[in-house]
Amino acid sequence: MDFSALRNLISRYCTGEENWVDSRTVYIGHREPPPGTEAYIPQRFPDNRIVSSKYTFWNFVPKNLFEQFRRVANFYFLIIFLVQLIIDTPTSPVTSGLPLFFVITVTAIKQGYEDWLRHKADNAVNQCPVHIIQHGKVVRKQSRKLRVGDVVLVKEDETFPSDLILLSTSRDDGTCFVTTASLDGESSHKTYYAVQDTKSFNTEKEVDMLRATIECEQPQPDLYKFVGRINIYQDRDEPIARPLGSENLLLRGATLKNTEFVYAVAIYTGMESKMALNYQSKSQKRSAVEKSMNAFLVVYLCILISKALINTTLKYVWQSNPNRDEPWYNGKTDHERQRHVMIRAFTDFLAFMVLFNYIIPVSMYVTVEMQKFLGSYFITWDDEMFDEELGEGALVNTSDLNEELGQVEYVFTDKTGTLTENNMEFIECCVDGHVYVPHAICNGQILSGSSGIDMIDSSPGPDGKEREELFFRALCLCHTVQVKEEETVDGIKRGIHQGKATSFYISSSPDEVALVEGMKRLGFTYLRLKDNHMEILNREDEVERFELLEVLNFDSVRRRMSVIVRSSSGHLYLFCKGADSSIFPRVISGKVDRVRARVEHNAVEGLRTLCVAYKALSQEEYHNMCQLLDSAKLALQDRDRKLAEAYDLIERDLVLLGATAVEDRLQEKAADTIESLHKAGMKVWVLTGDKMETAAATCYASKLFRRSTQILELTTKRTEEQSLHDVLFELGRTVLRQHDSLTHDTFSGLSSEFQDYGLIIDGATLSAVMKPAQDDSSGNYREIFLEICRNCSAVLCCRMAPLQKAQIVKLIKASKEHPITLAVGDGANDVSMILEAHVGIGIMGKEGRQAARNSDYAIPKFKHLKKMLLVHGHYYYIRIAELVQYFFYKNVCFIFPQFLYQFFCGFSQQPLYDTAYLTLYNISFTSLPILLYSLIEQHISMDILKRDPSLYRDIAKNCLLRWRIFIYWTFLGLFDSMVFFFGAYFLFDNTTFTSNGQIFGNWTFGTLVFTVLVFTVTLKLALDTHYWTWINHFVVWGSLLFYVVFSLLWGGVIWPFLNYQRMYYVFVQMLSSGPAWLGIGLLVIISLLPDVLKKVLCRALWPTSTERIQNAQKLYQSHRSEFTPLPLLNSSRLDFEAHNVNPRRSGHRSKELMYTHWRGSIGYCTFSSTLGPPGIGRMHRLVGLETSV
Amino acid sequence: MMASSYSTKEEDGHQSGAPGPGGGVNAKSRKPDNTAFKQQRLPAWQPILTAGTVLPAFFIIGLLFIPIGIGLYVTSNNIKEYEIDYTGVDMSSPCFNCSQNYSWNSTKPCRCSVSFSLDQPFESNVFMYYGLSNYYQNHRRYVKSRDDSQLNGNLNALKDPSKECEPYRMNDGLPIAPCGAIANSLFNDTLELYYNDPNGTKTLIKLVKTGIAWWTDKHVKFRNPVGDGSNLSAVFQGTTKPVNWQKYVYQLDSDPDNNGFINEDLIVWMRTAALPTFRKLYRIIEKQGDATPTLPRGNYTLLVTYNYPVRSFEGRKRMILSTISWMGGKNPFLGIAYITVGSVCFFLGVVLLIIHHKYGSRSNNADISS
Repeated sequence: MDFSALRNLISRYCTGEENWVDSRTVYIGHREPPPGTEAYIPQRFPDNRIVSSKYTFWNFVPKNLFEQFRRVANFYFLIIFLVQLIIDTPTSPVTSGLPLFFVITVTAIKQGYEDWLRHKADNAVNQCPVHIIQHGKVVRKQSRKLRVGDVVLVKEDETFPSDLILLSTSRDDGTCFVTTASLDGESSHKTYYAVQDTKSFNTEKEVDMLRATIECEQPQPDLYKFVGRINIYQDRDEPIARPLGSENLLLRGATLKNTEFVYAVAIYTGMESKMALNYQSKSQKRSAVEKSMNAFLVVYLCILISKALINTTLKYVWQSNPNRDEPWYNGKTDHERQRHVMIRAFTDFLAFMVLFNYIIPVSMYVTVEMQKFLGSYFITWDDEMFDEELGEGALVNTSDLNEELGQVEYVFTDKTGTLTENNMEFIECCVDGHVYVPHAICNGQILSGSSGIDMIDSSPGPDGKEREELFFRALCLCHTVQVKEEETVDGIKRGIHQGKATSFYISSSPDEVALVEGMKRLGFTYLRLKDNHMEILNREDEVERFELLEVLNFDSVRRRMSVIVRSSSGHLYLFCKGADSSIFPRVISGKVDRVRARVEHNAVEGLRTLCVAYKALSQEEYHNMCQLLDSAKLALQDRDRKLAEAYDLIERDLVLLGATAVEDRLQEKAADTIESLHKAGMKVWVLTGDKMETAAATCYASKLFRRSTQILELTTKRTEEQSLHDVLFELGRTVLRQHDSLTHDTFSGLSSEFQDYGLIIDGATLSAVMKPAQDDSSGNYREIFLEICRNCSAVLCCRMAPLQKAQIVKLIKASKEHPITLAVGDGANDVSMILEAHVGIGIMGKEGRQAARNSDYAIPKFKHLKKMLLVHGHYYYIRIAELVQYFFYKNVCFIFPQFLYQFFCGFSQQPLYDTAYLTLYNISFTSLPILLYSLIEQHISMDILKRDPSLYRDIAKNCLLRWRIFIYWTFLGLFDSMVFFFGAYFLFDNTTFTSNGQIFGNWTFGTLVFTVLVFTVTLKLALDTHYWTWINHFVVWGSLLFYVVFSLLWGGVIWPFLNYQRMYYVFVQMLSSGPAWLGIGLLVIISLLPDVLKKVLCRALWPTSTERIQNAQKLYQSHRSEFTPLPLLNSSRLDFEAHNVNPRRSGHRSKELMYTHWRGSIGYCTFSSTLGPPGIGRMHRLVGLETSV
Repeated sequence: MMASSYSTKEEDGHQSGAPGPGGGVNAKSRKPDNTAFKQQRLPAWQPILTAGTVLPAFFIIGLLFIPIGIGLYVTSNNIKEYEIDYTGVDMSSPCFNCSQNYSWNSTKPCRCSVSFSLDQPFESNVFMYYGLSNYYQNHRRYVKSRDDSQLNGNLNALKDPSKECEPYRMNDGLPIAPCGAIANSLFNDTLELYYNDPNGTKTLIKLVKTGIAWWTDKHVKFRNPVGDGSNLSAVFQGTTKPVNWQKYVYQLDSDPDNNGFINEDLIVWMRTAALPTFRKLYRIIEKQGDATPTLPRGNYTLLVTYNYPVRSFEGRKRMILSTISWMGGKNPFLGIAYITVGSVCFFLGVVLLIIHHKYGSRSNNADISS
């Protein structure tokens, strides 16, 4: 013993902390165990103080500044500012210092305020009182003083101050109820169990007598995993060791409910509690727009540096003549003369950098941030995404990804709770092939025409009767449902109002509730669990009591759960309930075939099926099982694996009883939404844990698969027959052949009816496909699989484990096109996929709020996805795309004239514009119109976007931020700046343009260029605006007016605080000249002309479908009186798919093709009101599986 | 209870990288307001640039710009301008000698006279400019080398000029007034114009030297410092003249309203030119009466007091006589540009009309009919 402890000690100090996966030992109440027991190494634990704040009063300024300047952009601006401070630069440091200071200050204030709130919250928590048992008395202490090993008394409705092991509760059975709403959002009550040997302690004194140690793992963030062992020392015997699991661990942050008080011992405190460990910040997701923005930024940085380099070089070439470098009229100071030429060149380079640095403006970052932040309010404000039932609208957790909503190519959706309502209803059960339907639904709409329905009255023979009752009892016993007697619990209410008492069932799984309720309707009512006895009210109104011996909990790997009970007559039974695939292989007798037929029939109808089996146990068998379980439960290491093995041994050789069917109805408008997403060019994948048939039926009902869809199967069933390799290659060939002929067809104009494919794959096959390569072929599988998937419009992945869902998302994310993925789900099992996908959307469903919390956006219902993507996503994308492009454009326009001016001022870094103009250009003269545009622009009205999902394809693949478009904007900027500069140049060319013969100087020149610049840039935006509300008018014309007023004011006064008055009356003098007006008008028109021309020509000759719709909309508005349904004009999408080229502009040839398409086949009417949401009929149910290939 | 509210806080705090609106508790169970703005349904004008809508604009621009352009062009052509280069680069040029041997400190000014003849009479007021080429008045070091508060009559700045004036700030321990490179390099050629009457006599033409600077410059921006006495020289006591000047600033002119900092030649020079080739207004020849032209056709002599060296940096000096219209001096650029843009717009209008006719209407018709 001592030796191992020593070895432990050595290894602990040698291996370093990262390998320290050791356990910790806690002395309950800090009492040493009796001597002679194992020697423990005392450990130091942190106190219970929670520190969520980032800063303290002292380090706020340096630390915050450091954090802020770690951002590349801020750092760049800081460098520019410092350069301006240090060297003699053309512009004053104010021009870049002021905006930078503003940005930094605002951010610092915001972060400081947030941190202050966090400090306040920390203090409130750290100082809130807790009750600690010391020497048999209750002592009040501040929460932060709680230490590991303290025994705590927690009363009802109090929150646990740290992670605690439950010792005893006020309830006799040693259970307590806890809600973990603030941890994982699940508001249902969960039951926790006290340690068996201590659950009888009821007073402080008793607790104080306890001598025990707890060995447990070091804290880890998984909320649902905990392994430990408690050693209780009684007398002088060997300690009694009991296993501790997550059912004994009360988590910090959870609240005690329905239990008067509990005694518990603290094991993880402060920052080591699971809650604190869980709030590590999530990895930041970045949108595609942000990535292209950064790429553009790099380009502009290169332009900036090359501009500065070119100018510096030319300066020294030009200056090689000393009379140019220093003519007699323009002498240098001695200091300047003496400087080394290299230093001079370097400072010149820096000065040019400073002069041109406005090309990358601080304000762009600020505007983008503001756009995202403010813009996301439109999502939360949206009335149509508000759900009356839940009383909630959409939530935005990160506004960074708004525009990504407009770029989605793959949608991964969960089935249960997302596509379906997760509102389970018991439909039928089948015992030995006899079908039972509860009365309540008998007269309902579901009386499917299938034959062989036996009503409950037509009971089979006495033997069957026995089996039937066993089946019902099995369902009544084999579950983890709790009964709640009160009405005032804020859990999920499933009230069934009985005659005598209002009680309802609570469970983490709605299926179980549905089953238990179904049983109630069939005559067997589960009453409660009392003293480890389950009570059932049978048909004869007799209470039957079963002793609950063991519960083998459900897990998603086994996909079944079992209970072992002892009936009042002393018989031992094991009841097992689970998915058919996990039950059938374990069944040795029973009417397997008939049940299986029924299960498959139900699955095809989209019902969730469970199979029930039992096994009668002998005392001896039970004894063995107990031993197996106990040894597994007591294991400190690998407990999960050992438990799984034990379960596997126990749950075998079962007798099949029957099956149940529970319906999960499709969500409202789910089919319509999926159809829209399809039309929008998105590929929808359903990832579900359900079995294939059920999932496929749901897919048909939700129109993911249509009747015409050719289904490709990649399931274990098939791979059993053929090797995976063959199946994959065969599927691949099929798909690719189609793909080739499709391309061919498009050109012959006959492709309107092309085959679309749907793929079904199950988890087992998927993991086979994904399995890391033993040889090289496996990597190949993955490629083929991806190739198949790419050509399928819909994919159904069934039997997925949560991690597999994330794996699939990752696989698609990493495929060579790097498509944008979106994952939507409602449950905790979808969190991994939500976190993995580019955009994660949580549905505020019935399975708690965990998905919603971890998502980027949360919506009440699946149907809201449609508006989220098609309308909001589309808008955000075009808004931000324009914002980014326009920002770069306007800064090229701004800075390039300065660059050109250097050629005319001897490369002396003379700024063209006045300091005020340099500073305010991006901050005020041109900032508001683009911000407003990026908030409220709507190029097409919302209704059309919703009605015509294919418009979404117009912006696919980040097409507004392609390099081609970016280069177009940049060249437009270059052209415009040339026009500004040379226009002014020729106007000034060695002459005067005043009527009194007086001459203008360089500041007038700059002001003229600047005026043209401001007007052009603002009007360019005005031309791009398709949605002129009064706010737009106000802001656009207002900012132009502001420029004029500001200029008048700036030049109208001798400013006392300035050491130069160069702008004095410059603006007014300029405006007093007629030719200046004429020149400004002319130059603005010349600058705008090419862009207008390009737009008009493109619209007339090669219109995108967006533009066609816009035209049509306009026509429609003008001809509203006559009813002229306008056909959908975008059959060109066939071309998009066929060519797989840039979908925005199709070539001439395909244009001809499109015309023939419109005349030939008309898809559906865009403007006719007949296009209502297609009814979700039950007929879809009956669509069988078309399994070809 | 405390901790539960805390945990919400904490979570918010950790998500603070991007605090989503409405993420907090208070947004829950609150129905969004159904206002037009929040629902993005504000009434709006939705213009679309199509060939059809842009067409009229193009034609209007075309029809408007061409006449304006023609008007501007004609006006520009009617302006009479005469320009003569008197730098003296060639051996043959009369000012060659002066240009060869100049010295800032020579007491004896070098004079040369250049003869020229005007083919046409100059009606109305004639403006006399001097022009410099290859002269970088817009060099950064040069542009900022001035002290505006000194020029505005600030006494402190007079005695202690701004650092920007270096190296023309102090001389012999005395502050320079006006300081800086611009003032130091004040154009100091004197130009006189004689009309050579056919009968052989030379008449000096009267050159008006006021009204050549901006009114605001002369009356607000530039002001002489106000001292004890009315005498300007007393006020400028304790300052020295710029290095290259021969006179003190208070000796620039005999007229007290045109002396010191408010000397218009100085003011004109202080307004730095935008481009390296520039002209500055020198004098105005006012119209005498309706009967005779201001400058009748005939021979003239320009008498130059050659002080200003430009050959070291390959500069040129010119004298320009020009009449002025409402649009200023002779500059055909604006007229030509207007005519060009007008024609281009008109042409594009026609092209768009064709396109609109062929494509626009076809597609639109197809939209409706099918």
